[in-house]
Amino acid sequence: MGQIQLHQVSKSFGATEVIPPLDLTIEDGEFVVFVGPSGCGKSTLLRLIAGLEDVSAGQVLIDGLDATKVAPAKRRLAMVFQSYALYPHMSVRKNIAFPLRMAKLDKADQEERIAKAAAVLNLTDYLDRRPGQLSGGQRQRVAIGRAIVREPAAFLFDEPLSNLDAALRVGMRLEISELHKRLKTTMIYVTHDQVEAMTMADKIVVLNSGMIEQVGSPLELYLRPRNTFVAGFIGSPMMNLIDGPEAEKLGAATIGVRPEHIDISKTEGIWTGTVGVSEHLGSDTFFHVLTDAAPEPLTVRAAGEMALDYGARVHLTPRPAQVHRFDANGLRIE
Amino acid sequence: MATAHSRSAARIMMAPAVFVLLVWMLVPLSMTLFFSFKKFLPLRGDSIGRGLDWVGFANYARFISSSSFWPSVVTTLLIVGGVLVITVALGILLGILLDQPMWGQGVVRILVIAPFFVMPTVSALVWKNLFMDPVNGFLAHVWRAFGATPVEWLSQASLPSIVLIVSWEWLPFATLILLTAIQSLDSEQLEAAEMDGASSPARFFYIVLPHLARAITIVILIQTIFLLSIFAEIFVTTGGAFGTKTLTYLIYQRVLESQNVGLGSAGGVYAIILANIVAIFLMRIVGKNLDA
Amino acid sequence: MARAVTSRRKIINTVVAWGIGFLIFFPILWIVILSFKAEGDAIRTPIEVLTAPWTFENYSIVQARSNYSMHFFNSVVISFGSTILGLIIAVPAAWSMAFVPSRRTKDILMWMLSTKMLPAVGVLYPIYLMFIQLGLLDTRTGLMIVLMLINLPIIIWMLFTYFKEIPVDILEAARMDGASLREEILYVLTPMAIPGMASTVLLNVILAWNEAFWTLNLTAANAAPLTAFIASYSSPEGLFYAKLSAASVMAIAPILILGWFSQKQLVRGLTFGAVK
Repeated sequence: MGQIQLHQVSKSFGATEVIPPLDLTIEDGEFVVFVGPSGCGKSTLLRLIAGLEDVSAGQVLIDGLDATKVAPAKRRLAMVFQSYALYPHMSVRKNIAFPLRMAKLDKADQEERIAKAAAVLNLTDYLDRRPGQLSGGQRQRVAIGRAIVREPAAFLFDEPLSNLDAALRVGMRLEISELHKRLKTTMIYVTHDQVEAMTMADKIVVLNSGMIEQVGSPLELYLRPRNTFVAGFIGSPMMNLIDGPEAEKLGAATIGVRPEHIDISKTEGIWTGTVGVSEHLGSDTFFHVLTDAAPEPLTVRAAGEMALDYGARVHLTPRPAQVHRFDANGLRIE
Repeated sequence: MATAHSRSAARIMMAPAVFVLLVWMLVPLSMTLFFSFKKFLPLRGDSIGRGLDWVGFANYARFISSSSFWPSVVTTLLIVGGVLVITVALGILLGILLDQPMWGQGVVRILVIAPFFVMPTVSALVWKNLFMDPVNGFLAHVWRAFGATPVEWLSQASLPSIVLIVSWEWLPFATLILLTAIQSLDSEQLEAAEMDGASSPARFFYIVLPHLARAITIVILIQTIFLLSIFAEIFVTTGGAFGTKTLTYLIYQRVLESQNVGLGSAGGVYAIILANIVAIFLMRIVGKNLDA
Repeated sequence: MARAVTSRRKIINTVVAWGIGFLIFFPILWIVILSFKAEGDAIRTPIEVLTAPWTFENYSIVQARSNYSMHFFNSVVISFGSTILGLIIAVPAAWSMAFVPSRRTKDILMWMLSTKMLPAVGVLYPIYLMFIQLGLLDTRTGLMIVLMLINLPIIIWMLFTYFKEIPVDILEAARMDGASLREEILYVLTPMAIPGMASTVLLNVILAWNEAFWTLNLTAANAAPLTAFIASYSSPEGLFYAKLSAASVMAIAPILILGWFSQKQLVRGLTFGAVK
């Protein structure tokens, strides 16, 4: 079991309130991602759940029991750190065995669990090496191994992939998702990368300045962002946000259209503009088009390869059903 | 990682260190301060038990007006200044030299650093007898070999001799720190300067020297604090004779040799004030560097 | 900066550096040479000294004088004792400041350092007086305590900078893995901190071994370490070049060897982390 509830949890460092009181429920077996820009309080929130920081007020419940005053070690949670935090003076085997040793498991039981975890994570050949002799991806796997042997109620991941290079990151992302499907244990995952959030999460919690902006499935967030912050944060490339007359025409203070929801044409369309830089990815082409609709260039996606000269005149048409409208407070208008 | 539990554990673990240092600082310091306002001549029967006479600032005035005071200040400044100039200048040159590519760099480094580990009484005695002795000393033999009359180093040139001995002891320290600082200079900076057309003296003055400024300041401050209180070198070589009586040595003589504790304590307070002036500058630099 | 250096320049560098290194090291070399010469030969001209026969007699004479081994023993006990004593007090303090920093940590560290700047001569008499009162004058215990106190700020400071380099993450990981505070310190922090602690011990043994103010002023015959023993040679009647050299070599050799191992730590320890 691994249900985690936060009741009016808040955190202040001295006079500065990093996290204003918030409520959140994470169901057993869910993969929840905390996402937000750096400094939004997502790591602090994770550390409050872990017990590495004291909450200033409120309650943390784990499986319905108040864990607010419980020491981190006793919360049945396992954590994977951004820096992996492997014990450099211990072999991989000893690293993975450490939590079991602390729990005073007998040797045979320890060996069995280590062997199982090593097999799952492809670490069997490396068990006698020191962390210093491993690659980044392998260290990451050791850190995960150390977490899974404990069979915790929930896993906490603090930006675990940010120290890996791009190619490895994609691979590890899949491995962690795979692990979740297999273990069916609650996972809380902190990242600033919205792609990780979208691809891995059952439920995303978007945080900004310590406040929850929106909670929902990746698709909900993509289709119906609650405010301009979420609209701008989720989706890649970023949603085009347009203020002023164009928005007023639709009865909104701001409208938002994703690059993939704008049609580009050489002949006709609602907005006209000139093509700036174009980015060719092969699968897609992104154009930055300076239009009369907004002072900033709009990003437009065209599927497949499409060639337009720098400075060419083009016409853009947003798909009406996929235009998001926001009021003066940045909140979504239905 | 600050939870209430770990914070209270931390406070308990700090307590012994804070306590002993507080006692170590406050008790003797306040006693010195106390004695400095008293007439306290243990050999003439004064004792704390029988009560000491309050003399106000008389000890302070007497210490300053004594005929030995100003010469001792001058001697102190000459020794500290002389040693600083020699060690910093040679330290920079040696640091740069040791940073150059060469064979057996590690061995040279060891040779240069060695004097720092020689205990002060040994280096003072060895210099005094084995080298500076006017009859059998190494330098006397060298002088005679060139047909010159050997110098009576510690009586005729007492101050330069002491400066030489102390510089020999402290040059390794300056060299080591300046070398470390030179090595921490990002080589890309020098390459960039080279690409920008800076000649090698220009690179030294515009890149290397400014980079070393902080390390030089630290060497100066730390050495000053230690040099202000050099003792063994004078104790062993001249015993304060021949114009080598530093402030530290003068106070030592007042307190332990002539047993005028009140007067010596007043001198001690002067020494503490002097050291604190230097210390404040050092602490500023160290503090700035501390991201605690 | 991998660039070909002309071998001509490298040769010049090498010759100059070795020359200067030799010059600086020469006094120590000369002590070593004289220590292996007969007393009568040691006062001759340098050339005659070098060609004179070698002998070990000075070492056996110095060694045979029972008080030499006693002073050596005093040095060992006092320098290691004061360091261990300091470590016991410093490790918990440095741990707290490095891993549970508060707003006051920086001030406390600076204050601790400032006690190191206190000129010894300024508090000589009070300490002297207290030592008489407490019966600590000319005892190893007394000297151990004083040297511990004067080196404590450096010990705490060095340990602090080493502990600071240990990522907090790793300690938190241990906590998440179920380790108690005791287990965390025992199984995770200590093994990781051992290199730093070893360097700290090394530097402080060196500093204590060579300390020559308190050791000269607070000891007489019984507890005098080598610094004071060597100083007793300054009286002319005790002056024998060869024996002085042999005694000096024995006094400095252990520390010279330890010192060569601790070059890097020396910089950190003596500049309070301000130069790295």
